[in-house]
Amino acid sequence: MATELKLKELSKKPDIFCHGHRMCSGCGAPTVVKMVLLATEYPVVISNATGCLEVSSCIQDLTAWKTPWIHSAFENAAATIAGVETMYKSLLKRGKMPENVKFIAFGGDGGTYDIGFQSLSGAMERWHDMLYICYDNGAYMNTGIQRSSATPLGADTTTSPAGSAIPGKLQPRKDLTKIMAAHGIPYAAQASPSHWMDLMKKVRKAHEIKGPKFMNIIAPCNRGWRSQTDDSILLSRLAVETCYWPLYEVEDGKLKITSKPKEKKPVAEFMKPQGRFKHLFAPGNEALLERVQQEIDKNWERLLKEDAAE
Amino acid sequence: MKKWKELVPGAVVLEAGSSEKFKTGSWRSFRPRWIEENCIQCLFCWLYCPDMAVKVVEGKMTGFDYDFCKGCGVCARECPGKKGQKAIVMEPEGK
Ligand SMILES: Cc1ncc(C[n+]2csc(CCOP(=O)(O)OP(=O)(O)O)c2C)c(N)n1
Ligand code: SF4
Ligand code: SF4
Ligand code: SF4
Ligand SMILES: [Mg+2]
Repeated sequence: MATELKLKELSKKPDIFCHGHRMCSGCGAPTVVKMVLLATEYPVVISNATGCLEVSSCIQDLTAWKTPWIHSAFENAAATIAGVETMYKSLLKRGKMPENVKFIAFGGDGGTYDIGFQSLSGAMERWHDMLYICYDNGAYMNTGIQRSSATPLGADTTTSPAGSAIPGKLQPRKDLTKIMAAHGIPYAAQASPSHWMDLMKKVRKAHEIKGPKFMNIIAPCNRGWRSQTDDSILLSRLAVETCYWPLYEVEDGKLKITSKPKEKKPVAEFMKPQGRFKHLFAPGNEALLERVQQEIDKNWERLLKEDAAE
Repeated sequence: MKKWKELVPGAVVLEAGSSEKFKTGSWRSFRPRWIEENCIQCLFCWLYCPDMAVKVVEGKMTGFDYDFCKGCGVCARECPGKKGQKAIVMEPEGK
């Protein structure tokens, strides 16, 4: 029987991702990984794209993982786990493996939206039985906060520096969750660690579906967001409440919003505590801040329509 | 730190969870203190801690693992406490 999704019960499960990892104090990503694995009730094999999570969780012979885990490169976490899954299927047929082993790939936004995208797209199209999880912190954090296609409009990064020439990143984010859903895969979803129950239910659902699954999970980074070490969960909650990061799933092509904010907050509430948006609150940048809000409103309206149409 | 010749060939790590040998508690400049009488045992501190440094025994919060706690303060920030009184407060380390 599956462990009830109650914290008291879940706390009795052994850690699969352990302490001693060296991600920054207050990083959002370890909590995301912990929640995904708490929700997982099967033996898992994990591949990890290069990035903060990978670099800091396995240093020399010290690993924070208590399950088979493989890192090969930055651009191929999906292809790597697809290969493992294919081998597993062959061994399973020959009776050399137990049933019901699950396969998860973790990648950062740089490793997923950009550099590992071809590998991810291919693995989904080949219909591997796997769950790809992007922990989205909105930049290439491990190498010093370079912009990625997940970096939000207006954000200050080292390659979209806010100053006299430009007011931070000039382009809005790429909507990767929608792009993955457009692959026609059986399950694509967006989640946030602040809404842990919603996140865990999505992971559970994904594991019960055969074929390729994709989840995009927001993972605040206090170094890159220029925020505090104690606000990762608070910011991921504000991301949902402002509709910057809507919680929804697309199952067999049907879109469902899984948690609607009671009252949609202005996106400024999510942005204000983050130093990467500081310049947007200075005189002269009102128009850009307004454009950020309009982009959020437009996307949210579209989601509501798609949700209602189902 | 081991020399490369002492490592298992092929960048293979055979000991699961060996990171436990690396204590991250020394990173801390603030220390969480638990105030038991304000604790409602919601376990949010345990859930949100990025460093698996909240000790829960038989489903109950019992304190912190200072060998690994990095002092981020997430637990204190998210702790609802009792009647507005937090059950976790952050204090400067070494005081
Ligand atoms: C092919 C290749 N290019 C560049 C790098 C350098 N590199 C290592 S981690 C990283 C950033 C990863 O960003 P992301 O995937 O968003 O993960 P994060 O560090 O933000 O968690 C880069 C550019 C690399 N390892 N391999
Ligand atoms: S740089 Fe950001 S994502 Fe990377 S470990 Fe630090 S807080 Fe986490
Ligand atoms: S201060 Fe941070 S690392 Fe320490 S117990 Fe609280 S949440 Fe965990
Ligand atoms: S978050 Fe606060 S109230 Fe809840 S279990 Fe932890 S210390 Fe107790
Ligand atoms: Mg990133």
